[in-house]
Amino acid sequence: MGVRDKNTIMDEMAIKRALTRIAHEIIEKNKGVDNVVLIGIRRRGGPLAYRLAERIEAIEGINVPVGILDITLYRDDLTTLASQPLVHRTEVNFNINHKTIVLVDDVLYTGRTVRAAMDALMDLGRPKSIQLAVLVDRGHRELPIKADFIGKNVPTSKQENIAVLVQELDGDDKVIIQEIIGDS
Amino acid sequence: MRLLVKGGRVIDPDNDLDQIMDLLIEDGIISQIGIDIDQTGAEVIDARNMLVCPGFIDMHVHLREPGFEYKEDIVTGTRAAAVGGFTAVCCMPNTQPVVDSAPVVRFIREKAEKAGLVRVYPIGTISKGQAGQELSEVADLLAAGCVAISDDGKPVVKANVMRNALEYTKMFGIPVLSHCEDMELSQDGQMHEGYFSTIYGLKGIPAAAEELMVARDIRLAELTGGHIHICHLSTKDSLELVRQARARGVNVSCEVTPHHLTLSDEILGDYDSDAKVNPPLRSAEHIQALIEALQDGTIDCIATDHAPHHREAKDCEFQLAAMGISGLETAVAVIMDRLVQEGQLDVYDMVRLFSCGPADILGLDGGTLNIGARADLTIIDPAAVRKVEPEKFQSKGKNTPFKGQILTGWPYITIVNGKIVAREGSIV
Amino acid sequence: MKFNRKDLLGMRELSREEIQLILDTAIPMKDVIKRDIKKVPTLRGKAMVTVFYENSTRTRTSFEIAGKYLSADTVNLAISSSSVQKGESLRDTIKTIEVMGFDLMVMRHSMSGTPQYVARNTSMSVINAGDGQHEHPTQALLDMYSIRESKGTLEGLKVAIVGDILHSRVARSNIYGLSKFGCEIRVVGPSTLIPPEVERMGVKAYYSMEQALRDVDVINVLRIQRERQEAGLFPSLDEYANMYMLSNRHLKYAKEDVLVLHPGPMNRGVEISSEVAEGSHSVINEQVTNGVAVRMALLFLMMGGSKDEIAG
Ligand SMILES: [Zn+2]
Repeated sequence: MGVRDKNTIMDEMAIKRALTRIAHEIIEKNKGVDNVVLIGIRRRGGPLAYRLAERIEAIEGINVPVGILDITLYRDDLTTLASQPLVHRTEVNFNINHKTIVLVDDVLYTGRTVRAAMDALMDLGRPKSIQLAVLVDRGHRELPIKADFIGKNVPTSKQENIAVLVQELDGDDKVIIQEIIGDS
Repeated sequence: MRLLVKGGRVIDPDNDLDQIMDLLIEDGIISQIGIDIDQTGAEVIDARNMLVCPGFIDMHVHLREPGFEYKEDIVTGTRAAAVGGFTAVCCMPNTQPVVDSAPVVRFIREKAEKAGLVRVYPIGTISKGQAGQELSEVADLLAAGCVAISDDGKPVVKANVMRNALEYTKMFGIPVLSHCEDMELSQDGQMHEGYFSTIYGLKGIPAAAEELMVARDIRLAELTGGHIHICHLSTKDSLELVRQARARGVNVSCEVTPHHLTLSDEILGDYDSDAKVNPPLRSAEHIQALIEALQDGTIDCIATDHAPHHREAKDCEFQLAAMGISGLETAVAVIMDRLVQEGQLDVYDMVRLFSCGPADILGLDGGTLNIGARADLTIIDPAAVRKVEPEKFQSKGKNTPFKGQILTGWPYITIVNGKIVAREGSIV
Repeated sequence: MKFNRKDLLGMRELSREEIQLILDTAIPMKDVIKRDIKKVPTLRGKAMVTVFYENSTRTRTSFEIAGKYLSADTVNLAISSSSVQKGESLRDTIKTIEVMGFDLMVMRHSMSGTPQYVARNTSMSVINAGDGQHEHPTQALLDMYSIRESKGTLEGLKVAIVGDILHSRVARSNIYGLSKFGCEIRVVGPSTLIPPEVERMGVKAYYSMEQALRDVDVINVLRIQRERQEAGLFPSLDEYANMYMLSNRHLKYAKEDVLVLHPGPMNRGVEISSEVAEGSHSVINEQVTNGVAVRMALLFLMMGGSKDEIAG
């Protein structure tokens, strides 16, 4: 199975604007960020969470704690994968009890990743609430999960793939829509 | 009844013969060897590109009967011998009961007679009950048909018992076949002691466990003037002891097995109990020394130490597995493939080591293509390529570390008393 | 890097990359152990069985809890009460366990090579939890994890293994594992307990503690078994202790930050003194925790992927 790039749907500026808007929405929805923590889902949710924290600090002057969640051990498709994905550390070095957690990921698709992330969070403590922020919502949900903050809604077909590139990991900031070619 | 073996390379070390010729058998006797023998009225075996040899003799096999028929019996054992290219075998006495009395000898001979395939020469025990204490009734055993004595399976621990055995057999001109092993040094041993026993974590059997006993037995032969024959000799220094003893005029002979000549202790890493054998497979330097000793004549014969086992005895934890290799059906092919084809052993020497070699040690009537001799012949197809498939063995013992190997050079036809008993792996 | 093995039988067969993957995977596993909620759902629906033909509560419990933390169903086959005592063949026992549907078997056996034999005869994955005097790969992995955690690296360290090398599967597995990371390995003990041709394994053999421990980064002390003295391999435990018991006076030969390991259970006053066992150089307790983490990593790597793919 391979992929072919179709077109860029967000460039660096578009991503920047979307994150700034989400930062404002988080502050607005929670009436400030006193009790808010950001937790990014490995891998691209991590850098996005840190960027949101920077923007929130720029707006509110408050340093919001950021953590990184590795959900590998909570995935529901482990036994059907061809080989095991690498397990990485979860880096949440603060207490999440009674916190409002904003879970951050790049793309919302089937909802399974978010489901795994919520299970993983519950094993770390007992948050007051969990909200979800994603850069792209591409539809095709398989679980009753909905994002609270969305950078861009992108209707896609299942034959397409959304690739989010971030400077920190990929050396570039953009969102590309790709076509899946060959048998899946 | 005329059988003409036509156009083969006739090799008879007993008569210094190695030439392409015909060989005629009449009424079970070799009647003529020559070029273009008249084939009128004869059944003809086309032996072109074949080796025509005196019937091979395996002087060390365990036929297991009486007592252990679940491992092997005289019928299956002699069938295995026949397809393996052997026209005669000497069977070791560690049966149940042991061969320490004339009735057991007669039982074996009758069974072998009835099986009617290859000659079976029983070997009697050295000690009563193979208990290592009192000498067996050697004269009685010989009269019943034994050709030598041995407590094989275990050593004669007491030096004075071995001394008496060597002294006593001197009268009869037969050898004492000695399984040389110091049981205290070899205790609980699973394989040759060395680098590979270290890395496989298996208790080692040091080469010295054999050499100590070889040294003792040679000294006792020297003391008594008896004939000591070292069974399944496997170490470099055992060979050195034999060489030195010969130089002093000691009456010592020795045999070596195909597996000790071709397999090293390294293969035990799979913990495949089919490679578990006593004496153990040795390291490369010992193997090299054994091959050199084949070439220089230190070794008198090749014998299989055919030790068939029931599947249950091998299909278990390595440490609990029985020792031994089912060897009759692979011996010739292994030697042909690994030594002869590789240029490590002259084909003429191979024939000597399988024929007049053992015959001379035991004073057997055989191992020769003398005119007028009984027509026991082994015909080998040096180009035959076959896979070792234990499940197709005639022997009940499928325990071979050569399983699955593709070997070149197999017995083609085995003739006993002028009659074809086996052809290309099948009983006729 | 994928872990594509049906079985883990020894360190000799593992590549450096495979070892690295196991050790790296053990890091997040150790995080899980340190949490309040130690269970993750990873191996839900998987079943493993521990089969110990030789007593070792420590290793068995470590595997058992590792499986449980990962949500695998874990069963211990108590050998004393099982059919083994009734003379059933090992082959039949294994077949019975296999048809119960276990995915993985952890096996401890007093006879070298038995896990190899079992692995050949079953479709279950087999982890060798110590076979005779051959290998104990998970012990070596946890030792390596502990060393790497303390020293930051394994590369080029000088490691001394002290005691009964001849009978030690821990020594063999450590030698194989550490030598893949360029460690300089020394073995030291009485000459009767140094196996033949051990230096062909790429180690240096010593009889003197002073020489062997000079400038080492790590000392791994092996357990000495009373039976060895009874078998005549050394004259008395006292004499052994006088010559080879690791005590504070020996530590001064080693590097200042030397690490002391012991696979446990310890014979204090025989192979190790209490002051060393409890001293600042000892990571003996941490080894136990790391053992669980390393075993979790292995169970994840061996049961976490699709079986068909691994077999293929
Ligand atoms: Zn023997």
